[in-house]
Amino acid sequence: MTLNFSQLWRYEDLLAQGTLMTLLLTVIAAGAGTLIGVGGAVLVRGGPRPVRWAIRGYIEVIRNTPALIQLFIIFFVLPSLGLRLPPFEAAAVALSIYFGAYAIEIIRAGLDAIPRAQLEAGQCLGLTRWQVFRHIVLLPALRTIYPAFTSQFVLLLLGTSLASQVSAEELFHVGGFIESRTFRSFEVYAVICAIYFALVMAFKLAFAGLERLIFRWPMRR
Amino acid sequence: MRTFNEADLLSLFSALRWTVVLVALALACGGPLALMLALMRSSRIAPLRWLAAGILQLVQGVPLLGLLMFFYFGMPVFLGVEVPALVAVGVAFTAYTAVFLGEIWRGGIQAVKQTQWEAAACLGLTRWQQFRYVIAPQAFRMALPPTVGFLVQLIKNTSLASVVGFVELARAGQMASAATFQPLLVYSVVAAIYFALCLPLTVWSRKLEARLNGAR
Repeated sequence: MTLNFSQLWRYEDLLAQGTLMTLLLTVIAAGAGTLIGVGGAVLVRGGPRPVRWAIRGYIEVIRNTPALIQLFIIFFVLPSLGLRLPPFEAAAVALSIYFGAYAIEIIRAGLDAIPRAQLEAGQCLGLTRWQVFRHIVLLPALRTIYPAFTSQFVLLLLGTSLASQVSAEELFHVGGFIESRTFRSFEVYAVICAIYFALVMAFKLAFAGLERLIFRWPMRR
Repeated sequence: MRTFNEADLLSLFSALRWTVVLVALALACGGPLALMLALMRSSRIAPLRWLAAGILQLVQGVPLLGLLMFFYFGMPVFLGVEVPALVAVGVAFTAYTAVFLGEIWRGGIQAVKQTQWEAAACLGLTRWQQFRYVIAPQAFRMALPPTVGFLVQLIKNTSLASVVGFVELARAGQMASAATFQPLLVYSVVAAIYFALCLPLTVWSRKLEARLNGAR
């Protein structure tokens, strides 16, 4: 069989649209998930006991069940609660909840990695509360979190392809649509995978560049 | 329309077998490949390292769903042959397992100090003996917790095989849900089964890690 990519170019606009939606889905889920992560990490470290238990339960349930099943549950269950969300929005909610559980663990680990003595040392030097937070908590914690967080982000980007299963119109869904029109499954999925690959590489390069920029000082690993 | 009953529950559990088969297949085929990739990545021969790094970047840079579709729909059309579902899905999960485990094991190997290699070389061991008797036992201890952690990811991700119609636990859940119109109940049961499978492994992985940190 010969390869024939020419039929695919007619769907250029659709592919671009799908790529944009995939990026949008990733950014929304990463943003909302990070908010959940920060809040959850602070509460799981210092909140009242029932809250801590509830958060631990949330983390364990999300991390030990498939994202696909979580997506189905949210997609099919929200309507019965009277909240009828379109596929894209439902996928965004599901992926935010999913990413949030991982974000809590990552951020908590980053905060745990800062020794108490370091805070006290900062106070002894006469730094203000804000200075202590900025230089002694935030920056070192960010540096600890950064590698795990960025690779989780990349996994999220790839994971947004699951949204196609509730027919949210992101890149993977577009792939399925083009395939059903052209029957060129090899070429279609090769192109779709290549686009994901390009996105992942772009983010990895950007993250590496950013790391150099933000964490120049003090001391590099 | 009927309600979710014991027969449905039984069909879920019988589909669970295929989830287990997939996991076993991915580990059996992907494990040796992972070891090969890990060794290539820590090789002294630069082109081998580059090749392994390239494979790794490529497979880690595409969605698992993409791999599945590619091997299930794409490859047979391209090669002009009928491929049984289990083979296509098995190949995709093998590739997935090989790169992720390979990267974890590479981390384990590189966490062993370079001086250990040198000490073993001074004892007159061959390169393979150095790895087999000196490096591997230490690397194994370090790589075990994340390896168990990956096992959890693998079990969860076999649910993606449902997308190409392979009847494992998630797919059986979809069918039961479609037959009974009780998605919340059915998917909760499915999630609970995955949870029961994964939680012990997660807990074990965490214990192993704590023990490793305590030993250091």
